[in-house]
Parts: sequence; C-alpha cells; structure tokens
Amino acid sequence: MSIPLSLTVNGQAVTTTVDARTLLVDLLRTGLALTGTHVGCDTAQCGACTVLVDGRAVKSCNVLAAQVAGAKVQTIEGLAAEDGTLHPMQAAFRECHGLQCGFCTPGMVMSALDLVARHPGADEAKIREELEGNLCRCTGYQNIVKAVRLGAAEMAK
Amino acid sequence: MYTFELKKADSVANAAALLAASGGKALAGGQSLVAALKLRLAQPGTLVDLSGIAELKGIRREGTHVVIGAMTRHADVAASAEVKVGIPALAALAEGIGDRQVRNMGTLGGSLANNDPAACYPAAVLGLDAVVHTSKRKLAAADFFKGMYETALAEDELITSVSFPVPAKAAYVKFVQPASRFALVGVFVAQTAGGVRVAVTGAGSSVFRAKALEDALAKSFTADAAKAVKVPATGLNSDLHGSAEYRAHLISVLAARAVTAAG
Ligand SMILES: Cc1cc2nc3c(=O)[nH]c(=O)nc-3n(C[C@H](O)[C@H](O)[C@H](O)COP(=O)(O)OP(=O)(O)OC[C@H]3O[C@@H](n4cnc5c(N)ncnc54)[C@H](O)[C@@H]3O)c2cc1C
Ligand code: FES
Ligand code: FES
Repeated sequence: MSIPLSLTVNGQAVTTTVDARTLLVDLLRTGLALTGTHVGCDTAQCGACTVLVDGRAVKSCNVLAAQVAGAKVQTIEGLAAEDGTLHPMQAAFRECHGLQCGFCTPGMVMSALDLVARHPGADEAKIREELEGNLCRCTGYQNIVKAVRLGAAEMAK
Repeated sequence: MYTFELKKADSVANAAALLAASGGKALAGGQSLVAALKLRLAQPGTLVDLSGIAELKGIRREGTHVVIGAMTRHADVAASAEVKVGIPALAALAEGIGDRQVRNMGTLGGSLANNDPAACYPAAVLGLDAVVHTSKRKLAAADFFKGMYETALAEDELITSVSFPVPAKAAYVKFVQPASRFALVGVFVAQTAGGVRVAVTGAGSSVFRAKALEDALAKSFTADAAKAVKVPATGLNSDLHGSAEYRAHLISVLAARAVTAAG
C-alpha cells in the first residue's frame, strides 16, 4: 500500500509517497539520500540510526516513516552551518577524539543533543546512563563521554 | 515485512471499528510491533495507527488515583510531575525501561497489550492493583494478564487508560538483562490499601504475585523479612541468562532491595 507522506527534514518540507512498510531510516537513506544516518544492527539495539523526531531521539530502524507524518525530523546532515562550520557537539567529538571508525558517531551526536536539551549540566554518570541506547565498538566510550561534556559546555555559551 | 494497509484513527471508537472491520492490529509506539513485522513474526493485514487519538494521551490525578492514557510514552511518564509526586516508583520504573530512544516511542498501552514476560509495566499494574480501562470495559489487573504475550483483550479491544491507586509506599527493582535491557527479574513491592503486594516479572511466563513474600512483608515490612523467604524455583523460566533457581533466588534479593528503596 502506498501512502502520501509530508514531514520536515532538516528544516526542509518533504512531500512524498512511500510504501506503508518503509522504515524511517530507509526513507532518509534511500528516499532522501541522507546516508549520514547509519544502520548498525537493524534490530533497535545499537542506536547508530538515531535521529531526532520533534526533538526526541528515536531509532529510525524501528519506526515506520508513516509514524513521523507531520513531524520535524533532524539528522546529522542538518547540524552543521551552511558554510560547513560544525555544530558545537560535532566539533567536540572531533576535538576530544570521540570517534575512531565513526560508524556510531551520527547516532551518538543525535542522542547527545536530546540529552543536552533535557540535562544541560549532565555529569559523567548521567551521560553514561543516557547514552545506554548507543553502542560503540571502537572507542571504549571514554572520549565520547568527554566529547558530550565539552559539547554541552560549548552549546551553553 | 509482509504488506499491510495502514489506517490512521482519530478516535477510540473509530480505531475499534477499523480493527473490528479489518481484523488488524493497533500500532502504538511500534517498539515491539515494528520489530515483529520486520522478522515476519506478525502478519497483520491492517495496522491502525493510534498516535493521532488525543483522548488516549495524557496523565492526570483523580483523587487517590493517577490515571495514564494508553498512548502516553514511557519518557513522559518518567518526567511527569503527577507521577513523580503520586507514585515515584512508577516514574522510576518508566525511566528504567530500555533506553532513551525506546522510552521516547514506547507506550504504556503497547507494553501492557504486548505482555512480554520480561516487561516492566505489568509488575506495576499487578503490584499496585491498577485498573485497565478498555474500549469495552474495566479490567482488574489480576484479570488482565493471561499468560505469555497473552491478555484478556479481544481482537478489536483497545486499552484506553490505566488507573493506578496511589500506594503508601512502593518501589520497583529490576535486575537488568544487559543485552536486551529487559528484566531478567523485576520485583514491584507496594503497601496498598489492600495490604502488601509483591509482583514479579521476568521470572515466569507472565507477571505473578509472590504470596509468601507478601505474607512475610505484611508481618514485617523489612529487607530481612524479604530475604528470609525462599521462593521455590518450580515453574520459573530457565534460559542461558539464568536458571530457574537463580531467578527464584533473585526474587527474594530484589524484593529486599525494593523494600529498602521504598523506605
Ligand atoms: C531495545 C529495547 C529495549 C526494551 N526494553 C524494555 C524494558 O526494559 N522493559 C520493558 O517493559 N519494555 C522494554 N521494551 C519494550 C518497550 O517498552 C515497548 O515500547 C513496548 O513493549 C511496546 O509498546 P509500543 O507502544 O511500542 O507498542 P507497539 O509495538 O506499537 O505494540 C505492541 C502490541 O500492543 C498492541 N497495542 C498497542 N497499543 C494498544 C492499545 N492501546 N490497546 C490494545 N493493543 C495495543 C499492538 O497491536 C501490538 O500487538 C524494549 C524495547 C526495545 C526495542
Ligand atoms: S540500526 Fe537502528 S538501533 Fe541499530
Ligand atoms: S567509533 Fe567505531 S563504532 Fe564508535
């Protein structure tokens, strides 16, 4: 079954038609060529596919595109400024060496933004707890936690 | 996924009629259902999306009860002032479900209708003797949960809200199965108007009350009293994550921790 779908992605209005079965992550990656959102596990475990829907982090591999009709979706591509200047959270990941292979990074950054919006002053323990839904196979998390703290501090400026 | 028709309902009556006419399934947060569709474990011809139904959302205090709409997301229960003041144990339970992303989508109604043997909310519903309101009737907690992934709901019946009585004291402690984030065992302990109640999830085919613990805690509401109870392992779940004996032991240990946490 095809369904008409309207939503906003990274500030741009999108009107399209999708099969009812289309996952949000497939709409983003295949439909809109926004391949920054990654698929790690495809089973709602790893968080690599995390995007913001109306400001809230969700795993786009476990949500139907139709479930976000009318919503504002933000992906990693929507964060940097027009001129390429990185968002403070992206810059903090670079600064703190918060990534190695980078596969988990888009999801980590999007989850971090949901976290900072609710807990701007989160300490290390809170950050670890809040990032429970994001797995990284490379870094050992230390520098990710550091990056989120720096990113939060920079965003508060 | 097999193909399906997707219908968006705008009222409970409309959703119930769509389900009755199609024989399909309700779609709430999709955190269990989308995974089941992807694995082709579910093959509904029609999905009825409940997300546009305003009457299913929200949290309110009604005298001695906190009433939560079926489509209320776990994250909203966790952050709710009404829930934190009335039943802090319930807010904490919601905050401990899965991870942030799951809590942003998953709903109370979806969790209860799914009745996963390791889910958290069933323990609160049975532990607090809450009432499940549906599109057809009101069900006491004891009549709602029927077995593994099984409830009293008819095919075209929707959970609309759950009415939780405010307890004198309560706490939920779960031993997390770290890969799934569900409860290996979870115990909800409450001092309610009807006496002490202890509800256990993760250990059996469906949530159940631990009578021996309730009796012991009615006499003495202390961690030591809970620890002294030997729960029999007969009939409990046994898998690669824990034997039935291990789970039985955890029930007393977690009940004791819950008594301490309840204060
Ligand atoms: C990684 C991960 C970790 C998780 N960890 C936990 C955990 O620790 N503890 C825990 O308890 N749960 C956990 N869950 C499950 C989560 O809480 C789900 O949100 C919940 O089980 C289903 O809710 P949903 O709103 O997503 O329902 P859906 O997936 O949309 O629906 C589930 C079922 O309920 C039916 N349904 C939905 N709403 C209604 C209604 N109002 N009336 C009648 N039927 C309805 C649907 O038809 C379907 O059969 C986890 C899930 C994931 C993916
Ligand atoms: S790809 Fe979605 S959670 Fe792993
Ligand atoms: S940097 Fe490789 S998975 Fe996180």
